[in-house]
Amino acid sequence: MYPFEYLKPADLQSAVKSASASGENKFIAGGMTLLPTLKLRLARPDRLIDLSRITELTGIRVEANRVEIGAMTRHADVARSAELRRALPALAALAGGIGDPLVRNRGTIGGSIANNDPAADYPSALLALAGIVITNQREIAADDFFTGMFSTALKSSEVITQLRFDIPKRAAYAKYPNPASRYAMVGVFVADTATGIRVAVTGAGPCVFRVALFEAALAKRFTPDALEGLSIPADNLNNDLHGSAEYRASLVSVMAKRAVAAALGG
Amino acid sequence: MSADVEERTLLVELLRKNLLLTGTHVGCDTTQCGACVVHVDGRAVKSCTMLAAQADGAQVTTIEGLAPKGALHPVQAAFRANHALQCGFCTPGMIMTAVELLTHNPKSDRTGNSRRPRWQHLPLYRISQHRQGRRRCRADDARDGLRSGRCIHSNTSSRRIYSLP
Ligand SMILES: Cc1cc2nc3c(=O)[nH]c(=O)nc-3n(C[C@H](O)[C@H](O)[C@H](O)COP(=O)(O)OP(=O)(O)OC[C@H]3O[C@@H](n4cnc5c(N)ncnc54)[C@H](O)[C@@H]3O)c2cc1C
Ligand code: FES
Repeated sequence: MYPFEYLKPADLQSAVKSASASGENKFIAGGMTLLPTLKLRLARPDRLIDLSRITELTGIRVEANRVEIGAMTRHADVARSAELRRALPALAALAGGIGDPLVRNRGTIGGSIANNDPAADYPSALLALAGIVITNQREIAADDFFTGMFSTALKSSEVITQLRFDIPKRAAYAKYPNPASRYAMVGVFVADTATGIRVAVTGAGPCVFRVALFEAALAKRFTPDALEGLSIPADNLNNDLHGSAEYRASLVSVMAKRAVAAALGG
Repeated sequence: MSADVEERTLLVELLRKNLLLTGTHVGCDTTQCGACVVHVDGRAVKSCTMLAAQADGAQVTTIEGLAPKGALHPVQAAFRANHALQCGFCTPGMIMTAVELLTHNPKSDRTGNSRRPRWQHLPLYRISQHRQGRRRCRADDARDGLRSGRCIHSNTSSRRIYSLP
């Protein structure tokens, strides 16, 4: 790692202030992505601003129709929350399937959303549930948040503070994990929301995306059979040593059907 | 204890180089293998992927601190009784991981399958001791050892959590 200055502010204001100072500043949450990047010298920030002391960024609040999760809430705590397992079990289950137990003990929902890894799990949940990213400056709808591979609508000194989800009628996530890394080869999150059926796919392309074709079919009939024979084109899907674009396209259909079955309690 | 370190010092470097606690090992150094696992405020974490500064003010437990000098923690005893290691290099990390696993998987696992499979995705996939490490927890003496330890709620759950896929 190149040298850097390390700050651990106790409140959000100081964190934002430090992030606006001259030079390259980076927030550090769980460090599960950032520290490996620094160790490989792929980044050279002047300053790391640790968000872990800011207590208002941690915690899960379940209300009648919605759930709010603090950006610094660790995957393990999302997975274990009894309240969340009742209110939005698909999200708790997704968190419990991220990486390994040690990664889940450090990694945070805010870090995962901000990082927008093409194979990360949370972005699919945020997009399918039409979630809201709440920052120190504004609220950003999921549809406007993910802008491309590892890129988001966040500005450089903008901090995610909370993620908000309306509780759907039913929802489920089906993931085909890479057997080595456990990142999603393909993960499909299906949600029956107040604004309609939403299907979001991660792992398959350079950035999480929705599948209008599947959404329309499921709006008519919310059963796995409704997706029979439907598939997405392999063009522009990821093609790497783990699987070809065609393989991923096929997995998208398979995982979508599994997610629908799971949402129906199957 | 306090130590003066550079900002970029990793927790594992502080432990091994500054404090000479060399029981914690570095395997991959890339957040994959889990050889470097220690507990920070009771949670198992990869110490190669945490800054020493991030652990400021926290309670850190390494393999050295798991049991009083000369004694073995029940999980250590179970590993030993079942020869659940090959070269032993990653064993400290496996034991620290297993200890936290048993702390956080209470009785409900006896009936619910939902939680169990996740823990089968422990790191260290590539090390042949892994399978042996799981099997050792099915053995009776391991269960007895675990039952007597404060980290386990019931021997049934320990057997279930560790059952082979
Ligand atoms: C072995 C391994 C396996 C993994 N497997 C999976 C997997 O299966 N599925 C999956 O989804 N992920 C997986 N991950 C990634 C993991 O979920 C990380 O936790 C996540 O990508 C980043 O979260 P973090 O809290 O560690 O963020 P950090 O690494 O601390 O930060 C990541 C980026 O987000 C920025 N950031 C962090 N928090 C905020 C905030 N509140 N506001 C604004 N910007 C912020 C940082 O500046 C940085 O650029 C894996 C990681 C490892 C090491
Ligand atoms: S040495 Fe830390 S995970 Fe391998």
